[in-house]
Parts: sequence; C-alpha cells; structure tokens
Amino acid sequence: MTGTARLAALGLAAMTLAGCSLVGGGEQAPTNHTVTLVTHDSWAVDKALWADFQKSSGITVKVSTNGDAGALTNKLVLTKANPIGDLAYGVDSTFASRALKEGVFAPYTSPDASKGPQRYQLDDSHRLTAIDVGDVCLNVDTGWYAQHNLPAPTGYSDLVDPKYKGQTVVEDPSTSSPGLAFLLGTVKQFGADGWPAFWTKLKANDVKVDAGWDEAYTQDFSGSSGKGPRPVVVSYASSPADEIGSDGKPRTKALLSTCYRQVEYSGVLAGAKNPDDAKKVLDFLVSQKFQEQVPASMYVYPSREGVALPDAWKTAAPLPDAPAQLPADQVDANREKWVQQCRTLLQG
Amino acid sequence: MPNAAARLVLPLLALVPVGFLGLFFVWPVVSIVGIGLGGSGVLDVLTSADTGRLVAFTLGQAAAATLVAVLMGMPLAFVLARCKLPGVGLVRTLILVPFVLPTVVVGLAFRALLPDGGVLSIVLANAFFNVAVVARTVGGLWAHTDRRAEEAARSLGASRWRAFTSVVLPAIAPAVGSAAAVVFLFCATSFGVVLMLGGARYRTLETEIYLRTVDLFDLPGAAALSILQVVAVIAVLLVGAAARRRRETALKLRGRFETARRPTGGEWIVVGAAAVVVIALLVPIIGLITKSLTTMDGWRALAGTGADGTLEVSAWQAASNSVKAATDATILAMLLGVTAAVVLSQLRRGRAVLGETLDLALMLPLGVSAVTVGFGYLVTLGDLPFDLRTSPLLVPFAQALVIAPLIVRTVLPVLRAVDERLRQAAGTLGAGPLRVWREVDLALAWRSLIAAAGFGYVVALGEFGATSFLARPDAPTLPVAIARLISRPGELNNEMAYAACVVLMLVTVLAVVLIERLTPAVGEF
Repeated sequence: MTGTARLAALGLAAMTLAGCSLVGGGEQAPTNHTVTLVTHDSWAVDKALWADFQKSSGITVKVSTNGDAGALTNKLVLTKANPIGDLAYGVDSTFASRALKEGVFAPYTSPDASKGPQRYQLDDSHRLTAIDVGDVCLNVDTGWYAQHNLPAPTGYSDLVDPKYKGQTVVEDPSTSSPGLAFLLGTVKQFGADGWPAFWTKLKANDVKVDAGWDEAYTQDFSGSSGKGPRPVVVSYASSPADEIGSDGKPRTKALLSTCYRQVEYSGVLAGAKNPDDAKKVLDFLVSQKFQEQVPASMYVYPSREGVALPDAWKTAAPLPDAPAQLPADQVDANREKWVQQCRTLLQG
Repeated sequence: MPNAAARLVLPLLALVPVGFLGLFFVWPVVSIVGIGLGGSGVLDVLTSADTGRLVAFTLGQAAAATLVAVLMGMPLAFVLARCKLPGVGLVRTLILVPFVLPTVVVGLAFRALLPDGGVLSIVLANAFFNVAVVARTVGGLWAHTDRRAEEAARSLGASRWRAFTSVVLPAIAPAVGSAAAVVFLFCATSFGVVLMLGGARYRTLETEIYLRTVDLFDLPGAAALSILQVVAVIAVLLVGAAARRRRETALKLRGRFETARRPTGGEWIVVGAAAVVVIALLVPIIGLITKSLTTMDGWRALAGTGADGTLEVSAWQAASNSVKAATDATILAMLLGVTAAVVLSQLRRGRAVLGETLDLALMLPLGVSAVTVGFGYLVTLGDLPFDLRTSPLLVPFAQALVIAPLIVRTVLPVLRAVDERLRQAAGTLGAGPLRVWREVDLALAWRSLIAAAGFGYVVALGEFGATSFLARPDAPTLPVAIARLISRPGELNNEMAYAACVVLMLVTVLAVVLIERLTPAVGEF
C-alpha cells in the first residue's frame, strides 16, 4: 500500500468508526418553539418531568451551562447585545444587581409569582423571579465531637476559640460561591469594619482554605464519604440530608445561626429570540411540579409557598428561619473589594 | 517547485491552518482583550509588584515541572526507541494514561499523597501529566536516528556517556526542545492542578486570569495579564526556536527494526530508571483502580445518571460523547497540523522568518488561557452566520486548537530531518512534487504521523479546560461528567466518578492500541 492510500484508508476508517462523529448526529433541527435556557453548572431537573413539560407544551428547551452563578452573570452581561439564549436561571442574590444594572433582563411577571416567589423580589419592574433559596451554613460532624468528648461548636465565635484550633475548613471566597456566601455572612455578623479581625483570628486558629467545595467537603471534612480530618466545614443547610447514617439519623448538622441566604432567580433575557416561549418555561420553573423536585435535584429550597420538603430534609435539613442576608446593592458595591481584602489577608 | 501552479499550492495550503487559527483563536482573543483594554486599571495591574511575583511564580513552577518531566521522560524515551524488551509496547501505551485523567481526580490524588501541598505537589502533579509528552516525542525521533554513528564513536573509544552527549543528544535535541516547549506551555497554563493544590496561597497567571474574568469580572485586569501571558509564552517559544534552529539538521532516518535491540551493560541502568518512572506514574493510577473496585456500586451506576440525576446522560453516553468529540477533533487537527507541518517544512528553504512566525502562532493556543478564548467566543462567534456559541461542535473545534500544535510538533521534526537530497533525487528521476512528497516525505514521516494522531486523540479525550467551558450538560464528555460527579454530594456519585475514571483509562488504552495497530507496517520504510 502506498502512503497516500494508507492515509486515505486511515481517514476513511476513522470517519466510519461506528458513526464516531458529532457531525450530523444528535443535534435536532431547531423548531420555532425552541428556547435556550442559560444556567449555571448546578442545574439539574427530574428527567421525566422535564420531558413531560417539553412534550405537553411543544417547546424544546436547549440547556446551556456556564460555570457558577458569578460566571453565568458575567457571561450574560458580556453578551447582552447578542444574548446566548432566551431565558436565564441561576443568577443569585449576590450577583443579581449587576445583571439588573446592566439591563440583561426584560420585565415579566409570571402568574404564579404571587404564590411565594414575590417574597424575594428585587426590583419593581419584575425582571427577575425567585425560583429557589439555598442557605450556606457551617456544617459540623456531630459524631466526631461525641467521639472526642468535646461540645460541638455552635456559632462563629467558636471557630476562633483555641479549643477548636485546626478543626475548620472553608472555601476561598474568590474561587467558590459557598466561600463567598460565608464571607458575606461574616460581614453581616461582624460589620463591614469588623470582619477582617474575625478572619485574622480564624487564620491564626489554623483554618484551612480550599479552592473549592469539592476538596473542602469531600476530602477535608470528616463527616462526608471522604472522612477527612476536619469536623467543621462551610457547606449548605441542606447537606446533612445527604449524610444520613444507617440508623436513619443525620451524622452532621448545619449551624443555623451561621446561615447566609442566597436566592436564585430566573428572568427572560432582553433581546431574546423567542421571549414568548421563554415566559412559558419560566412559568414552569415556578409551577408546583417543578418546585416539588427542586430539593432532590438541586439541594435547594423551593421559593413557592406550600411545597412539601422530602422526608429526609424535614428531620436533617429544615429551612433556616432567620438566615443572614445583605442588601443586594451593598453586596454589588463591595463584593470585589471584600474578596480582594480577604485574599490579601489569607495570603499575608 | 517547478512551475507557477505548484508555487500557488503552498500559500493555499497555508490558508487552512491560518484561517482556522484566525477565526477560532486570534479573533476571539483579540476581541476580549480589546474589551478589557478599553477599561481602566490596565496599567495599575501591569506595574504592580504583585503581578511581577505572579509572572515569576508562573514561569518558575512551569520550568521546574518541565525539568522534572524531561528528566523522567528521557529514560523512558530511550527504552521506547532503542530497546527490544517484552512489554515495551505496553509501556508506550500505559504512559499516556496520566494525560487523560481529569485534573480534579489527579488533584485529589496528589492531595491525598502530599497533604501539605505547596509548590512541590504542584510541580510533581504538572510533571506527572507530561512525562508522556517527553517520552513519546523524543522516543519518536530517537527510534529513527541511525545507530551506526553512535557505534562508530564507541569503537573509536568514546565512553557510553560521551557517545550519548556528543552523538545521540545533538541528533535528538530538536525533539527534546519540542517536547520541552510543549510541556512548558501545558505547565504554564495548567489550571485545575494549581487551583486545587495551591489553595489560596499559590497563584499563577492562568488562575488569576480565570479569577479576574469569571469571578471578579475585572476584564481590564484580565486583559493586562493575558497580554503578559502571551508575551511570556512568545519569549519562551523564541528561546526554544533559537535552540531548535541550531540543532535541526538532516538526519539519516532509519526504521525502528534496525535501531532497537536488547539492552547491554550500562544500558540496563537506564532501563531500571525507566522502570522506576513507570512505577511512579502507575501509583496514582493503581490507587484509582483500587478505589473504584472497593465496591461494585459505582460500576453498576455507570449505566445511570448518578444520585438524584447528577448527570443528564449516563456515564456510558458521556464516554461515547468523548470518543466522538475526540474523533472529530483529531481528524480536524490532523488536517490543520499536517498542512501546517508541510508548509513549515517547505518554507524553511528561503522564507525562514515567515516560517518561524507561523510556527510560533500555531503554538500560541497552548499558551493562552482557555477562559480568555472561551469568553472571546462569547463576544465574537455570535456574529457568524451560524451561532456556534451553544453548538456541540464547538467542543471538537476547541480541542483541535489544543492538539493541532502537538501534531505539528511531532511531525515537523521528522519532516525537517528528511534529507533534501532524497527529494532532489526523486525529482531528478522524474517524480512530480506530489509524488516526491508521497514517496519521500510521507513514507519517512508515516510513523510519526500515526503517533501524532494517537497522541492527539488522547489529548482530546482528556481535554478539560476548554471542554468544560463549552460542553453542554446534555452532551458532557467523560472528564466533564467525572468532575460533575465529584462536585456533588453523595457517596454513589463519588464511587461512580472513580469507576468512570477507570473507564476513561480503558477507552484511552483501547484508542491508542487501535490507532497504532491501524498500520501493521509501521516502521518499515
């Protein structure tokens, strides 16, 4: 066989390898009823429910994920002149004011918005509709403390107590969204001037700062499957629901006095190609059926009132009733400054 | 080339890689950097002492990791090229496995191995990923170099070491330089490893650009750092190119059959060193396999979508997506890389400056942050007639951008080493340019072409940075699916992630074996 023939044969073989190509396969032709939903990486939905909705409504929803809530917001702002989709979900209360200020969203009031979501409303023109709330709280491994005959920490102040030295792991606020929420919680607790002093003491008490939730929770935290060395971690109010032992009791618990609330919103994008169908998808996101599966698929709490939580959540992860929250415009004005300040403090 | 029509062929060929590079790399990067430069604060970032430390640490850790990778890769290259030993073929394939492992998995493995982390673990992890680049690139050329010159030196009384440094090393230096440049770029832009092992303490240009672009939305700062990154990368590439230019000469290329034999005497020491390297590479891999086998739940779960529907498709479907995207990317990158290599090898006679510029431009995608390119896509590709921004095809396009330079780097040294007199002889005997290329260049470079395709395929399979940025949730590749499984709570997701890692390794090994077996005549010239 000559070289050229071999090259041709190779190319042919590669092309025909059981249709081993994305070209021509998979992608359906877009219909007039296609909505592109732009969301963050944590997006998840009950597959049967999602398929049912698309079938009954006749709308095909293409989902595009775009990093965490911050990355999502920034991408929306960057592409506002030529939006990458029709509907966005996942811009949270930490980043919402940036998106609103930049005019990313168009006004729309969903008929069901009055059934709970309006409690978290941010602007009078109804550009964003609350879909779910998630609280970031300190989680402690209760079993670890029982074993070591120590009372488990109960709030922020215990973290800087020498008794609990080297027991806490948190996420870097500059690279992790729970990390950022935890930082904002300490700002709320200790004030815009007082939080650096708390973090300095935290550092002196040998806190471990990981880049992301993965390493902190699954590798360094003692209460997860990774069985790491540290019994205190920054995670979610809902996390204990996933750590239920064989006796049916949760192995970990969230410290409800340290919770910081994040609300996640959805909105129709200004300049969307298919705003009418996008509105119908948004209506579905606040519908009873979608809201019921929000805890199981995304580990967050429904924004709609009167939606029952899964059984495991009722005992292990009730919705914190008095979480901290900072006003959106204050967060927007100071977010970068606080994050930079915190990084400098942790590095120094 | 003899006539006017043939003279046109080269520029037309050059259009293929240049056009692709322009559309999918230069335009997006220039646009996003341009937006940043329009803002304020660019100068502040460029002149701050913090930035200086950032550049120094970035280049320092990359240089250290490159050195480690070269030191570890050379004994392996020797074994792959020169030794006729049982199991060499297996080693050739196995050493590629680290390359495809998702950074998040390797990061977790190194964190478990060296809990205190720090610079050492960053350097070792980056080297771990890249030993195969050195071993295979250098081994590829080494296998084709004539053994007789070395033997002549030995019979004239040179010691083994002397024969190596004065005969062998100059011959394989272009490949060492090539490999080192590629490894350096990979290490300088490595993202996940630095983020995970460096924590809040160690930052590089790459992690800082990501942070400023994605989290802080400080586009001016990101633009300033991107420019620094490009300048640093070009500077390093120029140094590498200068070193290569001095070294690259026509070699008497030989088939592997003539050059491989059973090691003798002191060569066994090198073989021993290679064995140690292989074992070191295998430790994290065996750890993963063991972990995946502690329970079969993860394996059974691969057919599903994880706890609470973590994935939108099953892990098997993700594996199939990986294979498809990698196939597309490899075909595209071969097209780009081989045309580029042909153009570059021809340009060398006469238009050296143009050749060097194109060569450099082709390497740049390896040295520029994936997030810069990704955000660049957002602001540019929407203006094309087909909005590719949410298309699944963007994944193989971006992967091709990453692997085309690797293909150029593997094929070009061989094409350049082709003795010009062979071409002239063929021409004198009446062969047209195409025939000359086929009978001389292609015949000699065939083996390295296949090796390049295999290697490119593996890189595409494991590519995470750009892919995770562009892959849609309904069409994740296996590394993207693994990262998602690890990022969600639940023991099942973790077990499934480890099982999926083993699947990824198996797919890799299978793909390499298949590609390299496509040509039973490999090595026969």
